[in-house]
Amino acid sequence: MTVQTQPAAPKTLAQLLSAKDIVIACGPGGVGKTTTAASVAAMAAVEQGGRVLVLTVDPARRLADALGLKGIGNDEVRITDDVFARAAAHPRGELWAAMLDTKQSWDDLIRAHAPDEETREQILANPLYQNISARFVQSHDYIAMERLYEIHTEGKYDLIVVDTPPTRNALDFLDAPQRMADFFSSRLLRWLIVPYRSRLVNVASRPFYQVADRILGTQFLADISEFFILFQSMYKGFVERAEAVTRLLSDRRTTFIVVSTLEPTPVREAEFFSAELTARKLHLGAVVLNKVLPEYLRDAKADKLAESMKARASELAEGLTEDPDVAARVLEEVSESFLNFGVVARREAEQQAELKGTPDLLVTVPYFDADIYDMGGLLQLGAQVWH
Amino acid sequence: MAGRSSRAGAGAGAAAVTTAPDLLDLRLVFVTGKGGVGKTTVAAGLGQLAAEHGKRVLVCEVDAKGDVAALFESPPTDFTPREVTPGVWSMSMDTEASLREYLKLHLRIPVVGRIGPLAKAFDFVATAAPGVREILTVGKLTWEVKERHYDLVVVDAAASGHIVGQLAAPQAINDLVKVGLIRSQTDWMLDILSDPHQTGLIAVCTPEEMPVSETLELATRVREETTVRMSAVVVNRVLPELFNQREEEIFEQLSRPESERVLSERAGGTVTPVLDGARLAVTMRRTRSVHLQRLQAGLPKGLPVLLLPYLFARSFGARTTRQVAHALGEELGL
Repeated sequence: MTVQTQPAAPKTLAQLLSAKDIVIACGPGGVGKTTTAASVAAMAAVEQGGRVLVLTVDPARRLADALGLKGIGNDEVRITDDVFARAAAHPRGELWAAMLDTKQSWDDLIRAHAPDEETREQILANPLYQNISARFVQSHDYIAMERLYEIHTEGKYDLIVVDTPPTRNALDFLDAPQRMADFFSSRLLRWLIVPYRSRLVNVASRPFYQVADRILGTQFLADISEFFILFQSMYKGFVERAEAVTRLLSDRRTTFIVVSTLEPTPVREAEFFSAELTARKLHLGAVVLNKVLPEYLRDAKADKLAESMKARASELAEGLTEDPDVAARVLEEVSESFLNFGVVARREAEQQAELKGTPDLLVTVPYFDADIYDMGGLLQLGAQVWH
Repeated sequence: MAGRSSRAGAGAGAAAVTTAPDLLDLRLVFVTGKGGVGKTTVAAGLGQLAAEHGKRVLVCEVDAKGDVAALFESPPTDFTPREVTPGVWSMSMDTEASLREYLKLHLRIPVVGRIGPLAKAFDFVATAAPGVREILTVGKLTWEVKERHYDLVVVDAAASGHIVGQLAAPQAINDLVKVGLIRSQTDWMLDILSDPHQTGLIAVCTPEEMPVSETLELATRVREETTVRMSAVVVNRVLPELFNQREEEIFEQLSRPESERVLSERAGGTVTPVLDGARLAVTMRRTRSVHLQRLQAGLPKGLPVLLLPYLFARSFGARTTRQVAHALGEELGL
């Protein structure tokens, strides 16, 4: 008989995180991913100690203000003990936060990889570069992973929690490093650059340039080429870097948390994403479901009761209040509202059941009465996901 | 359940001017919003509404996921439009297919395959050249408008974070590319996009903090960075107002321990969950109304704000699309 050496699956988020260096929160947009990431990081700092960093993309302004993060950028900032004290919490460790400034990160990357000062300045000044680095979605994906790698390599933190940028496709950021590497090693890149180095265009590629010229205009094409000729000098550095980032993502110390709600569209995306992580042999640590309606809403007995309350409202309310007519109307409203929410709660429960079994851990977070906009709120949410 | 819609509207938006009678007379409407707020639902609902008013409508999804067709109980669509319900055609944007179509139509290149592995070349150029993907998307949409294939083109557009880049692409290309065929093409695109009688933008949000903040930022950016006019803001998932003040007082009286006990006895089971459910509904509604007020206060005066009720639905399909269409119609005063 063989001995099972695989460690037992963690039963709580606390257990999961205690053995990881990097947690990547991903999932569809608008489900509370940023807040969940911040709350998990805050809990880790309070409960587990050590230096914890949350690398975030776009926190709600009110939350950022409350944490004392006004105007932070790429630089990591420590959340002061005051902020915790206001929430009556005394962290064992330190909580740090950094925002992802895409433009700044790109510039830093160029500075790190450019072979010489002249190339560096030319690239930074190139209008095409400025466009690509500041505006393009794929560049956000790439730079988020790049920053993660950078920070992890510096070795300043025990745990890094990453909030992934909203993407068209939840998987884009996983592919971004590889795509960047492919891009720089592609034959097409060389193809496009060649004629502007030597105007000798071979017969096979001529039609391509003719079409490209006609569509884009020769000058524009020349601009592109100049930019990529400059960029090519950094080719090796970029490819190596992209490979290192890819390795880091599949490292056993890295885990992914898929955040979602039980609304139909997000849940479908979350399912797809979970399957895709598994297919890529990346570690799916947990699925966190936000804004889950309370169980009592789908209680079958209560549902039946609400039906009869609605039908017998005036009879039930009789003599209980100073205004029997209003009381009857209120009971009707109350019952109907219960039945309405019951429909949604049952739909959501069914969707939740379908998610079960995919991850080691499925955590549900109830609907909160108010928005989360301070440390107290983060820790309240954290307490729900933690144990 | 759909009967609740009027109440949701009246409760939250009585003060707002909610008529935009010209919305259905536009030729091109972009529907955008933060991820997860229901812009696909609104785009489909608007398509349905226009079709019910006798229009020939194309609903195009830009981040092709096949959701638009699903909302009409139809299998996923591709680049070729297909009628998914009477009067509504649906298609999914595919920028590579758009490029092929463009080359065929304008350059008369007989065999596209001749220019090499087009897919790869395209991917490359699209990554390299800012705005290529965007211009092919906007180009295809404006072309459908120009050719008058449909009365109305509704776009389930990019999320609010990316829509400005997309809408500003023709202008950006105009600035970058001084000559060439593209340059001559962007001129007529800009004409269509800049014409408030032809093109409009609808921002969808929910009454929650981040979606509202993003919508307010979007309104400013659209005004400052694009030539497109914002036509309306749609607030989705507005919860019904359960009680007025008097009703709330009575509810409190009914919730007193002794009343609750009597109610439970009379009803033949504990009524606590039912009362708790109402309290939850009231709290949810209240939290959200703060954001709704912030939205209404922050938007430019005169910009219509349309409220769509929260749909207590079993699933999302043709049924909910109709409900959304009717709720939109009501809000538009149709």
